[in-house]
Amino acid sequence: MTPRRRALTVAVLALAALAAIAVTPLFGLTTISWDAIVNPASGGGQADIFWRLRVPRVLMAFLAGAGLAISGMAFQAMFRNALATPFTLGVSSGASLGAALYMLTGAQIAVLGISGISVAAFAGALLSILLVYGITQTRRGMSTGTMLLAGVAVSFLFSSVILFLQYISDFTNTFLILRWIMGGLSVVGFGAVFDMLPFVAAGSLIVFYQRHELNLMTTGEDIAVSRGVNVKAAKHLLFFATSLMVGGIVAICGPIGFVGMMSPHICRLLIGPDHRYLAPATLLFGGTFLVLCDLLAQLVIAPAQIPVGVITALLGGPFFLWLLIGTMNDEQ
Amino acid sequence: MKAIIDIDNFSFSIGRKQILRDVSLSVEAGETLSIIGPNGAGKSTLLKCIVRILAGGAGGIRIHGKPLESYTQRELAKLVSYVPQADGRVLPFSVHEFALMGRYPHLSPFSSIKESDEQAVNDALALTGMQEFRDRHLGTLSGGERQKVFIAAALCQGAGIILLDEPTTFLDPKHQDDVHRTLSRINRESGVTIISVTHDVNIAAIFSRRVLALKTGAVAYCGPSESLMNNDVLQRVYGKQFIFAAHPVTGRPVIVPEEVKP
Repeated sequence: MTPRRRALTVAVLALAALAAIAVTPLFGLTTISWDAIVNPASGGGQADIFWRLRVPRVLMAFLAGAGLAISGMAFQAMFRNALATPFTLGVSSGASLGAALYMLTGAQIAVLGISGISVAAFAGALLSILLVYGITQTRRGMSTGTMLLAGVAVSFLFSSVILFLQYISDFTNTFLILRWIMGGLSVVGFGAVFDMLPFVAAGSLIVFYQRHELNLMTTGEDIAVSRGVNVKAAKHLLFFATSLMVGGIVAICGPIGFVGMMSPHICRLLIGPDHRYLAPATLLFGGTFLVLCDLLAQLVIAPAQIPVGVITALLGGPFFLWLLIGTMNDEQ
Repeated sequence: MKAIIDIDNFSFSIGRKQILRDVSLSVEAGETLSIIGPNGAGKSTLLKCIVRILAGGAGGIRIHGKPLESYTQRELAKLVSYVPQADGRVLPFSVHEFALMGRYPHLSPFSSIKESDEQAVNDALALTGMQEFRDRHLGTLSGGERQKVFIAAALCQGAGIILLDEPTTFLDPKHQDDVHRTLSRINRESGVTIISVTHDVNIAAIFSRRVLALKTGAVAYCGPSESLMNNDVLQRVYGKQFIFAAHPVTGRPVIVPEEVKP
C-alpha cells in the first residue's frame, strides 16, 4: 500500500469521525432536528438536551474510544500479540480498583484541576502493568503467553478485591461502584469531557512520539535494540502513557472492554503495520467505533439504556475468540 | 591500523552459567572475521554483547577506543549493526518499510523521513542487489532473499561494522553462495568490517581473512584463516580429527566429508 493511499485512508477515517460526532447527537430517545438547534426558542428544550447531554456524551465516547484503542495498539506492538490489550493485561482492573478505593474514601480532592479519582485510577493502572510486566521479567525468555496469563491472574485478583470492597461497604457505595463498573457514558455538561481530555491527549501524543520505536518493537526486541532503540526506556514511557489514558478514561466511564483490542487490529488490516499511519487511524477508528456503540446502547431497548460496555463486550467476545483461533492456526 | 573493536578479558554469565571466559579480541577497520566453535561455545552471546542486546559482563569491550557503556544505544547503532539468526517469524512489513526502519538511529522523533534516508535505503538495496524487491512483502520472500533484505536493513544504519549470526545456516547452497558473495562485495566496496558467526569451517576459511574459534566460552584459536586448516587447531576446537584435501583451484586445504559406510 502506497503512502498516498495510507494518508487517504486516514483522511477518510477522519471524515467519518467528524460525521459521527456531528450526526450522532441528533439521535437518542428522541430525535432532535437541526431546526431545533438552530432556533433554540422553537425547539422546546431540545437544544438544551443537545448541548448539555448529547454533545458532551458523544465527545466523551469519542475520547474514551480513541484512548483505549491507541493504548491497545501500543500494547499489541510492544508485546507482538493481538491479544495484549489494557483489558487482558489487567490494566483496566487496576484502574478500576484505584477508582473504587477512591470512591470508598468518599474524598473529593482535585489537584491542579485534575480530579482525585482519575489520579487514583491512573495509579492503579500503572501498578497493575508494572506488576504484570515485572512477573515476566523474573526469568529470562518468558513468553508473551505467560504475560497474558499473568494479566488474567492480576485482573481476577483485582476484580475480587473490588467485589470484596463492595461486600463490606454500605449500600449506597455498593450501588455506586456497581453502576460505575458496568461502564457508562451518561454525563451532564462538559466537565467530565474536560477531565478526561488532558489524559487522552497527553497519552496519545506520547504514543505518537514513540511511533518509530513501536515499529521496531514489532520486529522483535533484539532487532529493535540493535537499531538503537532503548527498549526499556521506550516501554516505561509507553506504560506511563497507556496508564494515563486508561486511568483517565476508567475513572469517568468505568472499564469498557474490547475497544482496545478490536480497533487496532481492524486498522492494521486496513492500513498496515506502520505506526506513522496506524496510530492516527486507530485513534480515529476507536473513537468513532465507541460513539456508534454508545448510540446502539441507547437505542436497542429504548427507552431504557444499556451500558456501552455490554455492547462492546457482545461484539468483542466473538472477535476475541476469532483472533484466538487465528493465533492458534499461526502457531501450528 | 587502529582497532575499531577491542575486547579485553571479557567474561559473561547468564544466571550462574558462565557463557564467555576471558575472551580477548581486537578487530581492525575493514577486516573480515569469522567466529566458529561447537554448539553452545558462546558465539552468538559474544555478538549480542558487542551490540549490547545483552548488557553487563566483566572486563571491557571498546568500540573506536571508547568503552561500550559510554555510548547510548542510538550512538552505538550508528557504529555497529546486527543481523540476527533467522527465526522463521514473518514480519508484517514490506522490504522498503523494513529497510527504512534501519535508519532509526538517524531519525528524529519530531521530523519525518528525509531524502537522505530514502537515499540510504536505495543504496543499501542496490548494494545487496535487492532493488526490484523494494515493494514486496517480507512474507513473500525466499530464505536467501529475506536474509539479503536483513543485511540491507542493517546497512541502512550506516555503521562501519556489521555483525551476522549464522547468516547462511538455513539456506540452500545457491543462496548460501549468493549471501557470501554479497557480504564480500559489501566489504570490498564499502569497507564495512564484517564479523559473522558460522558453523561452516570451510566457509570461514575461504570468506574471511581471520578466524576466531571459541570453545566453552574461551578462545581456542584466533589468527589468520590460512593457519586454521590443520588438525592441531581443529582437534582443539571441535575435539575431532578432520580429513583435508587441496582446493582444486586455490590449492588451499579444505575439509572433506568422511566416508560413512551405510
